[in-house]
Amino acid sequence: MSNENRIDTYRRKLLGGGAALVAGVTIAPGVILNTVAQAAKPGDRPLDRPVDDSVRWGLLVDANKCDGCEKCVTACHETHGVKSHGRPETDAQWIRVVKLRDRKTGYEQQLPVMCQHCKHPPCVDVCPTGASMKRADGIVLVDKHICIGCRYCMMACPYKARSFIHESLEGEQLPHAPRGKGTVESCTMCVYRVDNGQQPACVEACAAEHGEEGKALIFGDLKDPNSEISQQLKKYGGKQIRADLKLDTGVRYQGI
Amino acid sequence: MRLTRQLKVTLALIGLASLLITAGAHAEPPLPDIPKGKGEQCVEPTPVMRKQHFEFILRHRDLTMHEGIRTKKYSLVECINCHVVPNEKGEYPRFGSDEHFCSSCHNYASVKIDCFQCHADKPESAYGKAKGKFNHALGGSNPHHFSNKAAGPLSKGDLELVSAENNSHE
Ligand code: SF4
Ligand code: SF4
Repeated sequence: MSNENRIDTYRRKLLGGGAALVAGVTIAPGVILNTVAQAAKPGDRPLDRPVDDSVRWGLLVDANKCDGCEKCVTACHETHGVKSHGRPETDAQWIRVVKLRDRKTGYEQQLPVMCQHCKHPPCVDVCPTGASMKRADGIVLVDKHICIGCRYCMMACPYKARSFIHESLEGEQLPHAPRGKGTVESCTMCVYRVDNGQQPACVEACAAEHGEEGKALIFGDLKDPNSEISQQLKKYGGKQIRADLKLDTGVRYQGI
Repeated sequence: MRLTRQLKVTLALIGLASLLITAGAHAEPPLPDIPKGKGEQCVEPTPVMRKQHFEFILRHRDLTMHEGIRTKKYSLVECINCHVVPNEKGEYPRFGSDEHFCSSCHNYASVKIDCFQCHADKPESAYGKAKGKFNHALGGSNPHHFSNKAAGPLSKGDLELVSAENNSHE
């Protein structure tokens, strides 16, 4: 999409406040605003404009559809250059597939768990430097430029979502995934991909493996009632892991 | 008397020395050998970039990180895309060597930077387009990067493969 089109879509969204718009709304006598009902997509925002809170990006995981193939994990770690250093205890994990087993019935399920992109993130509350931060569109990130590696955020996160880089990675990084020794990192919801109009790597990999019908991951704007994710949540509901903590997570689960 | 003579000699020596120093200053100082980038002109005039490049990069860094602004001007990835070019053998210079644009001058000026402890020192084109559907041109499962433990210089064969794929991406 050209940047001009992006600006149009963006304006449309701002004017409509994110809600569905009826085609051809009259905003003043003689002025017809031609708009179509359109869900917000990644990449709608022109790249020279700051993110704002007109969107909130979220993920929906359907545990019933997840077969534990770990394609999402591979995709994530390959995209961001996350590799094992042969020490599983300290190797970085941006996303992991967790297996649950009901002891009484023996019923087993698996589901991917990553940073839950909390609306009220404890990791941001405890960070002494402001490195742990939440973007206006709900994506929680570490600004590694100012992270001092104290690891408070790792302790504060109820989901064990964060990892610390112990090894020097010099010369091994990918251009769009800077990573370095002494800093903390976690799932970024593929922030640069989303800004550039792509889906997160895990979501794309899951759909590529299981098809549109069978995919276990949906990404989209939680604030937009027309987005696939909001429609799904409206129809079938969705749970937060440890909802009792009232963190209002951006990652929701079905079938748990 | 003796003291004055000594003083005179010392003064004369100082005068001579300062003369030599000023004469030396007129000779060309040794300059770093800065590798040429891809384009004709950088995003700002060269004298401005020389003096202020880091102010631009630093500001852009914060805008990108916190506000999601991802314009290309002043983006470090774009600096590297233009300024780090492969040699005749198709190998990309690594940060630290005098052939690498950034270190050519930083080595000369003895200014230590730590950008490349985290950031890639090679252009995007060095990574090629990944095979996996989800990776696009951003690196990813490119064999070079994930099967090799240490990312050494790219071979000519790798490069041909990579650039052929990259052209189709544009
Ligand atoms: S899941 Fe953990 S790392 Fe992610 S926002 Fe919440 S507290 Fe922070
Ligand atoms: S490790 Fe970094 S991001 Fe985490 S709390 Fe410390 S300074 Fe903040």
